Amino acid sequence: MSATSPNLAATPGALAFGAVRLAFAALVVAFLLLPLVAILPLAFTDSVFLTYPISGPSLRWFDTLATSDAWKRSIVNSLIIGSGATLLSTVVGTLAALGLRRELVPFSGVLRSIFLLPMVVPAVVLGVGMQILYARMGLASSYLGVIVAHAVLCVPFVLVNVSGSLASIDPALEKAASSLGAPPTAVFRNVTLPLAMPGILTGAVFAFATSLDEVVITLFVAGPNQTTMARQMFASLRENISPAIAAAAFVIIILTFALLLVVKGASLFQTLRNRQKLERN
Amino acid sequence: MTVARLKASLLVLPLIVFLGLFFVWPLWMMIATSVQGGTVRLAFPATAVAIAQWNGDGLPSPEVQAALIQDLRAEVAQEVFGDAVRSLNSQQAGFRTLLPRTVTALRNAANDPAPKLEGIDPRWSQPPFWLALKRGMPPYTDANLLAAVDLKRGDDGTIAHVAPDMAVNRAIMLRTFIIAAQVTLACAAIGLPFAMLAASLVGWKRNLLLLAVLLPLWTSLLVRTAAWMILLQDQGLINQTLKALGLIDASLPLIYNRTGVLIAMTHVLLPFMVLPIYASLIAIPRNLMPAAAALGARPLQAFRHVLLPLAMPGLLSGSLLVFMVALGYYITPALTGGAGDQMISSVIAFYATGTANWGMAGALGLFLLVPTTVLYIVYGRLSRTPLVQA
Repeated sequence: MSATSPNLAATPGALAFGAVRLAFAALVVAFLLLPLVAILPLAFTDSVFLTYPISGPSLRWFDTLATSDAWKRSIVNSLIIGSGATLLSTVVGTLAALGLRRELVPFSGVLRSIFLLPMVVPAVVLGVGMQILYARMGLASSYLGVIVAHAVLCVPFVLVNVSGSLASIDPALEKAASSLGAPPTAVFRNVTLPLAMPGILTGAVFAFATSLDEVVITLFVAGPNQTTMARQMFASLRENISPAIAAAAFVIIILTFALLLVVKGASLFQTLRNRQKLERN
Repeated sequence: MTVARLKASLLVLPLIVFLGLFFVWPLWMMIATSVQGGTVRLAFPATAVAIAQWNGDGLPSPEVQAALIQDLRAEVAQEVFGDAVRSLNSQQAGFRTLLPRTVTALRNAANDPAPKLEGIDPRWSQPPFWLALKRGMPPYTDANLLAAVDLKRGDDGTIAHVAPDMAVNRAIMLRTFIIAAQVTLACAAIGLPFAMLAASLVGWKRNLLLLAVLLPLWTSLLVRTAAWMILLQDQGLINQTLKALGLIDASLPLIYNRTGVLIAMTHVLLPFMVLPIYASLIAIPRNLMPAAAALGARPLQAFRHVLLPLAMPGLLSGSLLVFMVALGYYITPALTGGAGDQMISSVIAFYATGTANWGMAGALGLFLLVPTTVLYIVYGRLSRTPLVQA
């Protein structure tokens, strides 16, 4: 507000107000970022304790992740299950977002709200239901079962992101393409899909990150063979806190952020390229 | 229906089928399991038929007793039998020892065509055991739902409170609501001024504040909880810093208690409060506050009568969202709380994975599912902000 009311800036009261604002902002930013900043360096400790100060740098805990059977296996499982859940949720979620796009389906609004419910329903509640269902279907303790359960939680993220990017497409572009004689499939492939791609990719990254982070449903439906990295981290946090957890956290953070950066970068690159194309034409 | 409509419906269909099968159906199964009187009926099918004829006075007829003997001699899956025993024992203490003992005695007397149950255990001559068996047989039961709120049916069928030392669920539900409310208040107290501050800034300062909100949101929940465990522990960074500054002598107990749960949950849920408030503030014309000032309003007056009312819709959706999500939390309280800070989710998880009592887990799950769904409907009515922001 000080920026918009310069006439007040000089008074002592306004100065004090500005100082309070600055202190408050700094405190909240510190509160928000402190946990992220605090856990990352501990991945490189050479101590067996998860405490500061770090006596010396070492990669021994990454070595533990790569060599210990439990961690190694859980990382592989996370990649398998995360890829499966991402693929499944991105396909059904993108199709649904395309279908819901023009509100042609009866009860579009209600359907959309229901599709977002998996994000709101407590994971434990869904976990109990899944456990009962899987016991009857024979899906308990199977990779397919865990992939499907994760995909349910991933769908809302795909739907929201793809719907967002579809909503921002100028309908005139598609109209122009079809008025120039492009058949509907060509319009879809050459106009709609490329424009929606950033949203689809962002949705896929969020889906993968969701699966990577999922613990609760996994506790209910996975067997010992499907233990994921998050599940392994949760177990270690409860039993024997070791810096391997910080190393695992480091891997999860880097993986998620790298994927996000790639997707955001790719969409930026595409926007620039499209602009160049337009200018050239 | 036009071709376009048909095409659109076909595109949505896979997701409808997928979520119908793996989201709606499991929730339905959970609810159904919580009201099914199934396990006892499954374990004692002949008794179920015979005992329906008995009016509940005195002791049941020899036919009923013969049916029970027949059921107990039959091969039943260990899991089903165990569930039935547990369910009966929760209605009438003693079944846990009575049934296995009777089964063993019947196995030893395999050649006896008509063994006497009373001879095996005198408890078979007590009507309450037979009444519990009869009451355990209906296709549907409200026993789990009642037990979830610390009630039970007495011998005469009236609803009564369970013994005070067994009554824990209501206290845990109340605690769940209290923790969720505390977290919502904390998020509002920090989030409202922070969102206002962010909305009042421009350029890199605003981006910095927003990035500080988004970075945690993009970070794994488990990683953030782990980070708080590291920060809050007795030898953690916060206690070390306070000691180094000479503010405290001994470590403050910051974790495995309510303080730890509230700090960690507030951190995890704060972005859900800041973003809706920010979204509603950013829609306000930038010249509104200067206009109020020009009309003679002092900053505090302008804040109270102009900015705050305009921030209200965002504050309301943010609060609803935080409260709704907080109700179902499991991971964070499990890792940063003590025994007295566990929320309803941990009780559900205990019944489902610890004791395989799905009926009880389902009943408690229903008491969590209903408020969450109601809040979600209210949220959908009130708020136009999307649930997730990318």
